[in-house]
Amino acid sequence: MKILIIGGGMGGTILANNLARRLSTEIKAGKVNLTMLSASDQHFYQPGLLYLAVGQMMPDELYRDQVSLLEPGIEFHVDPVTEFHLDDNQVKTQSDRSYDYDVLVVATGSRPNMEEIPGLAENAEMFYTEEGALKMLKSLREFEGGRVVVCVGVPHKCPMAPLEITFMMHDFFKVRGILDKVELYYTYPIGRIHSLENVAKWATPEFDQLGIKYETFFNMKEVDGENKILRSEEGAEVEYDLLVTIPAHKGMEVVESQGLGKDGWVPIDRLRLNMEGRDNVFAIGDTTNLPISKAGSTAHFEAEALGENIASMVKIGQPTRDYDGKVFCFIEAGKDRATYASFDYLNPPDPKPPTRAVHWFKVAYNQMYWASARGLL
Amino acid sequence: MAEKMLIDARGSFCPGPLMELIAKLKSGQVGDEFEVLSSDKGSAKDIPEWVEKAGHEMVESRQDKGVWHITVRKMR
Repeated sequence: MKILIIGGGMGGTILANNLARRLSTEIKAGKVNLTMLSASDQHFYQPGLLYLAVGQMMPDELYRDQVSLLEPGIEFHVDPVTEFHLDDNQVKTQSDRSYDYDVLVVATGSRPNMEEIPGLAENAEMFYTEEGALKMLKSLREFEGGRVVVCVGVPHKCPMAPLEITFMMHDFFKVRGILDKVELYYTYPIGRIHSLENVAKWATPEFDQLGIKYETFFNMKEVDGENKILRSEEGAEVEYDLLVTIPAHKGMEVVESQGLGKDGWVPIDRLRLNMEGRDNVFAIGDTTNLPISKAGSTAHFEAEALGENIASMVKIGQPTRDYDGKVFCFIEAGKDRATYASFDYLNPPDPKPPTRAVHWFKVAYNQMYWASARGLL
Repeated sequence: MAEKMLIDARGSFCPGPLMELIAKLKSGQVGDEFEVLSSDKGSAKDIPEWVEKAGHEMVESRQDKGVWHITVRKMR
């Protein structure tokens, strides 16, 4: 059996390592071939970008050689897919090679879509790329005071990011000694300051206490960079001195252009994770159209469920369990405190008051992640 | 030609049914309808409130076996 994983991010890497261990006997016997194709020879720890933007991590902490994270038995190629031929169980790649498969997993992730909003790319800071995070750090360090507006597009990667970057900028300006010259102004697309009701209930009084202003039902429409005005679809406008955005995201271009899903999101079954209408094609992580958080933990838990199922299909011809919608997100709350939200399809989160212990665990996890990618944590 | 799209947001605590609607509605055409399935009773209040602010149109809101079916038409 040929198992082909497209994408060397968190989901693809955890899945590949999970399968390599579960199917080590079959791989050694030549009964299973496990191949990963990626666009890069580097593995990138994306959650670290939040810390990079406020000077709390360095770029070299965010990368490892992809090969160093993979179990023996995984055939790895830096060769991005350019064509999907699902009816023929085959993909074609940038190097003009073809790869046949019996089972295909698409884990290509997502990308920020700054171009969706006129004026956003030219006028806003964002931290979803290394280049963007470093540019934002420079802007935060050079900022001398005024109104900092946070604006949020949907869907976006990491649902806690809007709150986290706001709290972290508050701390950043406090340490710089210019907090009294800064007005933090947070906008959010729906009628409360976070999509999770319990998180919004916790964060709203925190904002009030810190003097962070907020406006809800605010969906970006356009940025007038000349006059430094952000306008919303709902007809509001707000002036800014520094604009920080959590931009809307799209799936990868090849997924969209090859017709696997609108806006690059692959439509899948929420329990089995197989692509609609296909029994041997799966998607995990940001790549899917599931109505759950686009977060590393989502990719992680989906990869574990899918790894178990693909291995059991090899061994006993049928899957053994469903993905239950599990997500776990840390929430940095400023002042060296953090909390977390844990939930699934049936159970809503109930975040506890933030503590220093959870913050330091998150800081430790930023280093322990590499064990997580190897499937050891 | 206007289409009708289904957004199955049952069990979506984060980003939640309204965020799912906002995301999908962006890439639709004026006149398209979007039926949101939500297991969160808050959607019956949140979604109409946003639809009015954003200038779209509520077509239907009903509950069936614990699931809210909320249909919205994109108007601009």
